[in-house]
Amino acid sequence: MIPASFEYHRPKDMAGVLSILEEHGDDARVMAGGHSLIPMMKLRMADVPHLIDLQDVGGLAGITVGDTITIGAMVTQSDIILHDALADAAPILREASLQIADPQVRYMGTVGGNVANGDPGNDMPGLMQCLDATFTVVGPNGERKIPAREFYEAAYMTGREDDEVMTAVSFAKPAGGHAYEKQKRKIGDYATAAAAVQIVKDGGTCASASIAMTNLSDTPVYSAAAGDALVGTSVDGDAIKAAVSAMLNDIDPVEDNRGPVAFKRHVAGVILARAIERAWARA
Amino acid sequence: MKDEAVTREDRVASLKGMGCSRKRVEDARFTQGKGNYVDDIKLDGMLFGDFVRSPYAHAKITNIDTSAAMEVPGVLAVLTAADLAPLGLHWMPTLAGDKQMVLADGKVLFQGQEVAFVVAEDRYAAADGIEAVEVEYEELPVIVDPFEALQSDVVLRPDTVGEDGSPADGAHGPRKHHNHIFTWECGDKDPTEQVISNAEVVAEESMYYHRTHPCPLETCGCVASMDKVNGKLTLWGTFQAPHAIRTVVSLISGIEEHNIRVISPDIGGGFGNKVGAYPGYVCSVVASIVTGKPVKWIEDRMDNLMTTAFARDYWMKGRISATKDGKITGLHCHVTADHGGFDACADPTKFPAGFMNICTGSYDIPTAFLEVDGVYTNKAPGGVSYRCSFRVTEAVYFIERMIEVLAIELDMDASELRKINFIKKEQFPYKAALGWEYDSGDYHTAWDKAMKAVDYDGLRAEQKQRIEDFKAGKTRKLLGIGLTHFTEIVGAGPVKNCDILGLGMFDSCEIRIHPTGSAIARLGTISQGQGHATTFAQILASEIGLPADSITIEEGDTDTAPYGLGTYGSRSTPVAGAATAMAGRKIRAKAQMIAAYLLEVHDDDVEFDVDRFVVKGAPEKFKTMKEIAFAAYNQAIPGVEPGLEAVSYYDPPNMTYPFGAYVCVMEIDVDTGVTDIRQFYALDDCGTRINPMIIEGQIHGGLTEALAVALGQEIAYDDMGNVKTGTLMDFFLPTAWEVPNYETDHTVTPSPHHPIGAKGVGESPHVGGVPCFSNAVHDAFRAFGLRQTNMPHDHWRIWRTANELGLHD
Ligand SMILES: Cc1cc2nc3c(=O)[nH]c(=O)nc-3n(C[C@H](O)[C@H](O)[C@H](O)COP(=O)(O)OP(=O)(O)OC[C@H]3O[C@@H](n4cnc5c(N)ncnc54)[C@H](O)[C@@H]3O)c2cc1C
Repeated sequence: MIPASFEYHRPKDMAGVLSILEEHGDDARVMAGGHSLIPMMKLRMADVPHLIDLQDVGGLAGITVGDTITIGAMVTQSDIILHDALADAAPILREASLQIADPQVRYMGTVGGNVANGDPGNDMPGLMQCLDATFTVVGPNGERKIPAREFYEAAYMTGREDDEVMTAVSFAKPAGGHAYEKQKRKIGDYATAAAAVQIVKDGGTCASASIAMTNLSDTPVYSAAAGDALVGTSVDGDAIKAAVSAMLNDIDPVEDNRGPVAFKRHVAGVILARAIERAWARA
Repeated sequence: MKDEAVTREDRVASLKGMGCSRKRVEDARFTQGKGNYVDDIKLDGMLFGDFVRSPYAHAKITNIDTSAAMEVPGVLAVLTAADLAPLGLHWMPTLAGDKQMVLADGKVLFQGQEVAFVVAEDRYAAADGIEAVEVEYEELPVIVDPFEALQSDVVLRPDTVGEDGSPADGAHGPRKHHNHIFTWECGDKDPTEQVISNAEVVAEESMYYHRTHPCPLETCGCVASMDKVNGKLTLWGTFQAPHAIRTVVSLISGIEEHNIRVISPDIGGGFGNKVGAYPGYVCSVVASIVTGKPVKWIEDRMDNLMTTAFARDYWMKGRISATKDGKITGLHCHVTADHGGFDACADPTKFPAGFMNICTGSYDIPTAFLEVDGVYTNKAPGGVSYRCSFRVTEAVYFIERMIEVLAIELDMDASELRKINFIKKEQFPYKAALGWEYDSGDYHTAWDKAMKAVDYDGLRAEQKQRIEDFKAGKTRKLLGIGLTHFTEIVGAGPVKNCDILGLGMFDSCEIRIHPTGSAIARLGTISQGQGHATTFAQILASEIGLPADSITIEEGDTDTAPYGLGTYGSRSTPVAGAATAMAGRKIRAKAQMIAAYLLEVHDDDVEFDVDRFVVKGAPEKFKTMKEIAFAAYNQAIPGVEPGLEAVSYYDPPNMTYPFGAYVCVMEIDVDTGVTDIRQFYALDDCGTRINPMIIEGQIHGGLTEALAVALGQEIAYDDMGNVKTGTLMDFFLPTAWEVPNYETDHTVTPSPHHPIGAKGVGESPHVGGVPCFSNAVHDAFRAFGLRQTNMPHDHWRIWRTANELGLHD
């Protein structure tokens, strides 16, 4: 549990980060909170000869709340939980963050690290897909925006180039009711299954619904079909069943210590149904 | 006279003796991060050693190339079996009479096995050196199933085959097969068969008590320092039995025992994991001898979980017979015990399956038979008593499940069935069918108190309603009521039948009273968090009348402490605690002579009163123990040697038998398999209670480890022998979040043979807790036809149970 030796860099600004990335190419990697990256290095599953710590780079740790919400890449899960205006505007973020890891990890783990990591177990990628967020990255050719729903290609493979750094996530202030429902084995565990749901109610019917699932495939799963199954309904038992079965068509869980595929699919359905019910009750 | 206002009660209270919830004296340093653990030891020029470990569970080693590793900056040496063989140290004896490879000798038998030992200037260089050692493996067929092992032609251990090709005898007798280690039988075979075959009712069940691991917070490690000038070896380490380790080191290294000093500093939890001897100890000693420098070896978490002593892994098959109205008549138990690649159990020599023969439990079962077959597989060695005295958790789990299964068979309430069969108070001392003599107990009183405390009838009524609601589709949650009445067997043990490697399992205490009335007492045991420095001082305070706060307790340094067999199996209070009381009584006897001399009366004319000797019938005439202590050092008393010291080596006449009644009330979500413990009630009877606060702490800790084992903690292997649960992400270690509220309660039935009547408590909650949590899960599904489902009861396995019972249809 000791990493191979590495060079530690701590640049003061983004230009410094980008030039080190350019110089060392594949051999360099940025570190935010380090709570995904360092364990991988200790297990010698990640070999990072040049580690670039982002802690001293300014301008990455802000939260702005308006019609559009922007969260800097270096904002921690703890910052999100403690930010009241954010919790008022997009309460699903606090609800989800409180279900990530434990307080110690949340003091270190960042939004940027969580969404950039590309680990299917991370909760924020699915959350960001539910919110239809956009990721901002900066690289040698300047800034670029990538929709969260198009960002994830496979486990640890994302739309970000190796020489690009994520600076922020942004999304329109969500409307309606929300729920983040997660089943895990214990505190500090990744999800057996998790569902992020935002629903807008118009009178007694569902005007729009957005649904994303976590740790049920090698990427987060935004299930447009599941959301569509709710739209125009009164979100009754049949509609929820339809949404669940649409979602089940989109996920592809694998067996691991949390359980076999049949169990995961069953739990995914139960978790989503509960999330929909809770979001609808709040809508 | 002096101190008129001070009452006798005040004097008793100021001693903080037995019965007082004295605050733990250890906690001041532990809570401030000022403990001194092995990894805190830093010596001049100290080197660091670490292992190259096998990625395969079964493979031949065709070549080890260390040349690249020797080029890594900071790497000084790489030891392999070839280096240890000339010293005869490439294998070492295990505590179970088997032997174990120190470094892979031509083959590996489990994933993570020690293949080479890299010695470097620091642990970083050692880690880089490990990466550079090139080992060529030739994979062999892997066996992780003990039943398959007993059928297979694959020979795991070449040393199990005799010259003629048939299985050679093992340490405990003939082998049935080359992968078979021993058979251990206990009780009456034919009479048991007869009783069961003629019985009115027989319940039969098989259960697997899965492999798990004690996972102490601090992993195992040591620092070996060979002083070549004076020829002395000092070995600091995470040893639960420092004296035994000294003897073992001497026997296998040839260094005379007086030239070896073993020190157990603060230990961060042991739970059995730190009883055995590990390759890391041997390699560190050799490396220190070779390099002439101190060498440290510290496991990381994965090393600890994957290679040091596991617990359980028992496949148990039972038959229990009874009359139609529920009186048990006979019990048969067969165990297939998976020991992994080497038999490294830490049981007393005559007990290769530990005290599994306590499996008749709290019940008056007239006829019983137990048979255990030990088997080799391609898994890590071990088989320690994880917070349990030598397989008692397995035994208690077995009988407490069999009782539940019999209740189902009889269509009877499980509490009622227990009450019908409990050994009655007047039957003690009770001779059990499998040989033990239970010292004392009052099971009915404890049980009735527990049933009343939880309103058992009310709970059953609620459960009945819940089942109706469930069937009517009004709820998706079931209610489980888990019951357990356990009888533990601790305090190993009488030298006549308990030894480890020929060392009798007595224990010891040596006391020195200082002139000013304070004292130091040294014991042969070693605390790993149990609070010995607190409780043993309390025993002494009550015995010798000096305040506990004035008594230092010291353990773990073999140069200063008297010989003892260490701390595991809840033996410290039953054995060393008894030695402490006996040594205290020797002090008191001498103090009596001194007091009589000072008071100018005959020895028999004074009597002990809390903290002083008083002249009989004249309580105003007395000498306090403080005054007596001083007199011991400044008076020339005819016929009495100066000084006030005593030592006692205590060989217990019997084991002690703590017991308890536990109830767990659990909510189960059948759709997700998620469990929620609504109530946990634990009544413990550990005899005389020395420090109620420490008892409560021990119970909370043991129950939490029980919760872990019952609900998720396991060392799981895949078919290739890969460990699937080698990190804390997958190995379940509960945090405050997962832990329910515990209600503790007690009755007091002192041990009649122990000097202060104490029985030991550290393991009871674990022994009783595991079946209680498990029974709650089973009970929730009883109405739907469940008889047995194996632990750990994690979400997916509970979900599977619900699924198989058709509850998702
Ligand atoms: C015990 C434990 C439990 C956990 N449980 C959960 C959980 O339940 N749910 C969950 O979602 N997470 C969980 N985590 C992960 C935790 O939330 C991490 O903090 C998070 O995944 C990564 O954030 P980080 O800032 O630590 O990233 P780092 O570890 O620093 O980085 C992770 C990866 O992202 C890259 N990266 C980081 N920042 C940027 C950036 N600005 N631009 C480009 N690339 C970047 C790094 O190069 C690296 O590849 C857990 C972690 C631990 C240790």
